[in-house]
Amino acid sequence: MSTGEVLANVGARFLGTLQALGHATFFFADLVRHLPAGLRRFGLTVTQIHSIGNRSLVIIAASGGTVGLVLALQGYITLSRYGQAASLGLLVALAMVREMGPVITALLFAGRAGTSLTAEIGLMKAGEQLAAMEMMAVDPRIRVLAPRFVAGVISMPLLAAIFSAVGVVAAYIVGVVMIGIDPGQFWAQMQDGVDVIKDIGNGVVKSVVFGIASTFIALYIGYESEATPEGVAQATTRTVVVSSLTVLSLDFVLTALMFSTP
Amino acid sequence: MGNRKTETLVGLFVALGLLAIVFLALKAANLASFSFDSTYPILVRFDNVGGLKVHAPVKSAGVTVGRIAAIAFDNKSFQGLVTMQIDRNYSFPVDTSAKILTAGLLGDQYVGLDPGADDKNLQAGDTIKLSQSAVVLENLIGQLIYNKAADAPTKEGADKK
Repeated sequence: MSTGEVLANVGARFLGTLQALGHATFFFADLVRHLPAGLRRFGLTVTQIHSIGNRSLVIIAASGGTVGLVLALQGYITLSRYGQAASLGLLVALAMVREMGPVITALLFAGRAGTSLTAEIGLMKAGEQLAAMEMMAVDPRIRVLAPRFVAGVISMPLLAAIFSAVGVVAAYIVGVVMIGIDPGQFWAQMQDGVDVIKDIGNGVVKSVVFGIASTFIALYIGYESEATPEGVAQATTRTVVVSSLTVLSLDFVLTALMFSTP
Repeated sequence: MGNRKTETLVGLFVALGLLAIVFLALKAANLASFSFDSTYPILVRFDNVGGLKVHAPVKSAGVTVGRIAAIAFDNKSFQGLVTMQIDRNYSFPVDTSAKILTAGLLGDQYVGLDPGADDKNLQAGDTIKLSQSAVVLENLIGQLIYNKAADAPTKEGADKK
């Protein structure tokens, strides 16, 4: 391939990405515009919360527990070097509530709920269900997309909170029950150092933003997937990759905005 | 089709999530403490506020009685002007003194109030007259070196005699 062809390829790829970004923005604006109508049938949203939120409970709680255990063990090893083992509760709580809770929950959410959303919408498109709906004058955005979007945005902060809470309890089990740190110190240092609005509030805001991002990406990629089995399969992997990268980049931006000024 | 069952499960999930948030707020953070009581403002001027930060505690006898609301520079007296919000349940005499202390040896700084003996109490917006500034480490080291230097020549003078 000549240099000219390579450059042309790069240019075409770049323009293609820009065009997809623009298309996605219009899609998002459209989705938001149809949200109030979609919320009128709240039963649909409840069903979606069940399939997105309830079904993710087990993996989120289990991951929260194990991450809490590991954080507590690793934290103890380093803190006890400086005689600060009593601050273990503070370390785990801050790490969980500020970063681990929202980010890891978002990554797991993208993997579990995001892929199921993408596959569902993609298969609906492949089986021409969406086209059939449009022919019956039922707007698929109201009936199919809006409830799933709202369900994702509602479920994410709840899942992130469960993740953080289970993690803190797991750290308590490791620190106090297994290692023998004083429980009074454990909770006192934590309560002294974790601020409700600055730490927990910011963590909740982060998880809402991640919920919006990953749910929207899952829905968009599913809606725009090729209507073939291979197309759907590619779409599900693309959801995980794009969601994860977006969540991690948003995390950097949000952390810089929220936590850099003391 | 199990619609009621689904709704119950979703309700349970939402309740669990909210419970987790409440647990974090109460057990892991400082929600249950001071912040919502009504307070009144008291001003105090320091020559050097040191590392005092807004939202640092104001303590008397070691118990938190208020928070620092604002730290500003008074351009007329060239001192730091600190506004404290004190819990309405506690009143202090007008000759109370304020000191900037450090929690532990290298911890965060806070304001300690030493109550005086006057009958009249401080009202909202009053200024505390007696204040002691923060300890500035560089000044302390400078003092130490100066004292050592001052001791040395007198010792040599005593030896020469």
